[in-house]
Amino acid sequence: MNAAFPVMAVVLLFCVYLGIRARKGKNMDLEQWTVGGRGFGTMFVFLLMAGEIYTTFTFLGGSGWAYGKGGPAFYIIAYGCLAYILSYWLLPAVWTYAKQHKLMSQSDFFISKYNSPLLGILVSLVGIASLIPYLVLQLKGLGLIVSATSYGQIPPSAAVWIGAVSITIYVMISGIHGSAWISVVKDIMILGIVLYLGIYLPIHYYGGFTEMFKQIDAAKPGFLTLPETGQSVSWFSSTVLLTALGFYMWPHTFAASYSAEHPRVFRKNAIIMPLYQLVLLFVIFTGFAAILQVPGLKGADTDLALLKLSVKTFDPWFVGLIGSAGILTALVPGSMILMASSTLFAKNVYKAILPGTTDEKVSRLAKYAVPVIALISVYFTLKGGNTIVTLLLMGYSLVTQLFPALLFSLPKRRFITSHGAFAGITAGVGTVSFITLTESTIGTLFPFLPQIVKDMNTGIIALVLNIAVMFAVSAAVRKKQISAAEKAA
Amino acid sequence: MKLIHVLAALPFFGILAGIPFANPYVFGMPFILAYVVIWAVLTSVLMAAVYKLDKENKAGEAE
Repeated sequence: MNAAFPVMAVVLLFCVYLGIRARKGKNMDLEQWTVGGRGFGTMFVFLLMAGEIYTTFTFLGGSGWAYGKGGPAFYIIAYGCLAYILSYWLLPAVWTYAKQHKLMSQSDFFISKYNSPLLGILVSLVGIASLIPYLVLQLKGLGLIVSATSYGQIPPSAAVWIGAVSITIYVMISGIHGSAWISVVKDIMILGIVLYLGIYLPIHYYGGFTEMFKQIDAAKPGFLTLPETGQSVSWFSSTVLLTALGFYMWPHTFAASYSAEHPRVFRKNAIIMPLYQLVLLFVIFTGFAAILQVPGLKGADTDLALLKLSVKTFDPWFVGLIGSAGILTALVPGSMILMASSTLFAKNVYKAILPGTTDEKVSRLAKYAVPVIALISVYFTLKGGNTIVTLLLMGYSLVTQLFPALLFSLPKRRFITSHGAFAGITAGVGTVSFITLTESTIGTLFPFLPQIVKDMNTGIIALVLNIAVMFAVSAAVRKKQISAAEKAA
Repeated sequence: MKLIHVLAALPFFGILAGIPFANPYVFGMPFILAYVVIWAVLTSVLMAAVYKLDKENKAGEAE
């Protein structure tokens, strides 16, 4: 046994202990369990929201995309900036309304705003359908990280089970309090590790950043820019816009905003976050550093670029530290996803079908749903193929379909009706499902369009259709209501 | 349309509309990457200005 394994074991055990201890002195009702009693200050909300940036997808996928795709990977830095600007106005409005109405999940918001339990069930189902592949992705990433950094001593399947059991234990006991405390350890570790790797590796192997990029540009001309077709500038801009709109639509991120003690927290975060996410730049540098040092990784193996280069470069004890940071990038988002999906199921699906269910029973059901959802995710992780990135992108496109209904619910005089919101979301989700499952692009659907339009992210079609249907149905319903009122008069 | 909305809209134009023109090495990075990084820093600065102006506006309204 080398030194990597005990390092990872100690960090994991410490974090599970910290997660369980976070419960101390708190009466763990549903409000405490899911939204921390709405008492989290700037730091905890900041770290929980930042947890969304530093997942296994960014740890492995960010460096993997830089390694495999080059220029298109820069979108990862761009979309966060726009999302944080939106958050300055969006999250305080959501938080204020949620506090007034004692809301606990994303679906609660839509139910309350549109006065429609049926819309709540639809939003819950879209949320759960998006979250499960996202959790599978975290577990899959966890398996890759532990397997690579333990030098193959721990098989990916064993790592997936250990991760899932660890998350389940502390989520059931401490809820969001456990996630908040572990996110403190995670962000300290990830900041240190990623900054070190992103600075050390380019200097160690190339003598500096400019030299590294010059060598890559010489070996692969055009690799560092956006190509003329495919993932071109129009793909870049449309993808950045879509992912920025969907950024806070993930049910676990949306619900995490309820945990703040004051809306001022979000406004301050909107200033700090664009700088904080620049840490991702160093993840991208690591991916670029691997291009000429561990060449030949293809397809899904490009996700291993950061780990392969680390194993090649460092002593086992340090590789163990990198593995530990990687494990935590799966644990925190994984726990938030588990909590959000179990709350959605208990509160917005089960209770919507059986309205007589007591709050105490809903609280118990939410906690018991945690191991069930974890088991389903482990099953898909171990049995699933390589289509998980496709599923994740589909998940992102799905949750973005909730954005128009959310945005148009905020004005005091709301034009959009619950029927319009329901029809719009259904049209958007149906379009995303069709496009993803048939692997269509705008180019294959409309080959006569100019290249700049054909390269756009297909999620744009779904979003445009969503908004058009939403307005058309709302206008029809309003017209019907007016004529019914005139007849009655 | 207030000044704070104009300031907040600038990164949208800079990133979404400016990227075709940004596609020399700056801070050791390819120009396109440096362009995105500069906009990330500018976003933070602009949002700090928005926060300050917003606070002053609200204080003025309260008076």
